[in-house]
Amino acid sequence: MAYALQQLINGVALGMIYGLIAVGYTMVYGIIGMINFAHGDIFMVGAFISLISFVLIAAGGWTAGPGAILLVLLVSMAVTALYGWSVERVAYRPLRGSFRLAPLISAIGMSIVLQNYVQVAQGARVKPIEAIVTGNLELWHGNGFAVSVSSMQALIVVVTLGVLAVFTWLVTRTPLGRAMRACEQDRKMAGLLGIDTDRTISITFVIGAALASVAGTMYLLRYGVIDFYIGFLAGVKAFTAAVLGGIGSLPGAVLGGLLIGLIETFWSAYFSVQYKDVATFAILVITLIFMPTGLLGRAEVEKV
Amino acid sequence: MSGANSSLGVPHEGGVPHNDDGVPDPGELSGIPRSSAPPAPRPPMAHSLRDAGMAALVALGLFVPLVGLRTDVGPGGGGLIIRTRWADVAILVGLVFAGRLLLNLWTTFRPAPKPRTAQRSAMIARVGTWVAPVLLAYAVLLPMLPGTTRYGLDLGILVLTYVMLGWGLNIVVGLAGLLDLGYVAFYAVGAYSYALLSTTFGLSFWVCLPLAGLLAAFWGVLLGFPVLRLRGDYLAIVTLAFGEIIRVVLLNWVSLTGGPNGISGIPRPSFFGLSFSAGGGPGSFSDFFGLEPSPTHRVVFLYYVILALALLTNWVTIRLRRQPLGRAWEALREDEIACRALGINVTNTKLTAFAIGAMFGGFAGAFFATRQAFISPESFTFIESAIILAIVVLGGLGSQLGVAIAALVMIGGFEAFRDLEEWRMLVFGGAMVVIMVWRPRGLVSSRTPSVSLGKRRAIAAELVGQGR
Repeated sequence: MAYALQQLINGVALGMIYGLIAVGYTMVYGIIGMINFAHGDIFMVGAFISLISFVLIAAGGWTAGPGAILLVLLVSMAVTALYGWSVERVAYRPLRGSFRLAPLISAIGMSIVLQNYVQVAQGARVKPIEAIVTGNLELWHGNGFAVSVSSMQALIVVVTLGVLAVFTWLVTRTPLGRAMRACEQDRKMAGLLGIDTDRTISITFVIGAALASVAGTMYLLRYGVIDFYIGFLAGVKAFTAAVLGGIGSLPGAVLGGLLIGLIETFWSAYFSVQYKDVATFAILVITLIFMPTGLLGRAEVEKV
Repeated sequence: MSGANSSLGVPHEGGVPHNDDGVPDPGELSGIPRSSAPPAPRPPMAHSLRDAGMAALVALGLFVPLVGLRTDVGPGGGGLIIRTRWADVAILVGLVFAGRLLLNLWTTFRPAPKPRTAQRSAMIARVGTWVAPVLLAYAVLLPMLPGTTRYGLDLGILVLTYVMLGWGLNIVVGLAGLLDLGYVAFYAVGAYSYALLSTTFGLSFWVCLPLAGLLAAFWGVLLGFPVLRLRGDYLAIVTLAFGEIIRVVLLNWVSLTGGPNGISGIPRPSFFGLSFSAGGGPGSFSDFFGLEPSPTHRVVFLYYVILALALLTNWVTIRLRRQPLGRAWEALREDEIACRALGINVTNTKLTAFAIGAMFGGFAGAFFATRQAFISPESFTFIESAIILAIVVLGGLGSQLGVAIAALVMIGGFEAFRDLEEWRMLVFGGAMVVIMVWRPRGLVSSRTPSVSLGKRRAIAAELVGQGR
């Protein structure tokens, strides 16, 4: 029981990271209907920017406190957003309105570019960082097994919930969010009604990249090592989460992320660590066979 | 590029003030495709310079943290230290500025593209009909041409393997319109089938080749069955998931597959029972034909094996396109609902596409195993699927010639840049983006319909459906 509770906490913390990345996938998918394969690598870029910022701060002699983490988060969000914007501008916008597979291939190409760019620029070796957030909060002690929440996990949950709250407000309550939702429903009509669709799409990419960079920062703080390849698996998992939740649905992305995080954690805890990815993907396949549009996705009505 | 008004640095030129209140301002038409509304004339040089300046500024923001501040493990294995590289940043930003400026000037000052005359189209078509026979003749004659090195033959084998994989995937994606991101799974099934059958039961390559194809086709049906109901991108992610599942299983089922160590010592193929042992000796190829024993014989033989397999794939595809099955695939790609209405069995049509595509993937996998004599799960990662799909799309979906040219350009080009080392993959990904932006419909932009009224003629790729 205590063990399961501990796994629940671990799973939620992991799932939050997946959820943050998945939101970026699902937003882009909702608005222009393409799988942004480079999004996982944007997450990786975000983690690297945070790493560099932390090292800079340490070199500057500052003590790493909450202020430093906040500063790093902001820097990382800003620079990663610039990356997201540039990727859209260079690789996807010229293909707007082109046929469906062209942006997909362009995105795969961009993913290869980002991975190898970071490898060339920062080196192929893994980058370690000392633990910045330490400490543990013991919740419950039973049968010789202590259930605890580490400060790091608490930080992940708090930051993620905070960022998602701001994001939800942005999408549901602001003119920008209205423009985004309008573009999602019918881009041509939104354009006719005076919404600058290109700008809205750019902003979508910017927001998605900023969320991915938050996930990257959390990943860096949680695991302490990153390399240029972390984007691929995290990206695939997050995309799986987005599809599981019903791609195009924002709450679905977070729900999917949590589910993937929980499945992965529980499978590793009770069955085998090696096959945790198989379990994740198998759940995805089974879900899609019975609910072809994901858990919260809308069924597409086919018009003849 | 969407014409003269595309800009890297300035997202909203034309300078139309904009708000997001959802109410159209007078004259605010920025949501409409820009190419239909020519921008107000302005001094091209000054504009180009400003635009390039903006691009350079963005590049500065991009490159300063990741290129300018290199993190390294400090001396004594302590924490990370920062090494600054401002000169590299300056060079990169300068390159972006110059490149953007040149692109702007080119789009502004280039001569207006001449409308394609009937004469010119006819010429292109005439040249086009010669490309395929010339390429084929070159491929057949390559081992006999003077100046062909061992390296050249190895490269030829590699390119032909990808041509074959591209043609196999083309059946699924190009003809049936089903987006498959896990094609490498069938490649892996073929490779492991041959490796396991030959090392465990001692079966020869020629016995295992059809078995590998059959097993891959079986897996194609097995994986295809649950995903029949899925649409476009759901199908894509599920096929990707299957590809990863197979790879993870191969990696972890150590007792059967050897896990990350893979399988080594896979037997080489024989030529009608004649082996290609390096030392010659009785029963070997060189002994039978009275030749000097040479390791080149085997390479040449392998080259012709993969050429024959690739041509078989091509031939089967071309023949199938003329049969009811192939026509059903293409009809399915164009409109699934119409297919159902006309009584085509959509389930069987999709499954056969998966199975036949997978079968050729399995053949290619068996060949890969016998050529390398060693396989491990590392050879079957997602990036392989992505490269094969990229070859199909870059060449032109559904175009057999396009796939061959794309494989030649991408794989041959990748090998040609061997000296670039770690930059090579960067150039490879960049080339994928550039080719897609430049020709979204692929390098070969015409298609030959399998059925036509009256004279057979090529049509523009835009007229062909893309599946869903």
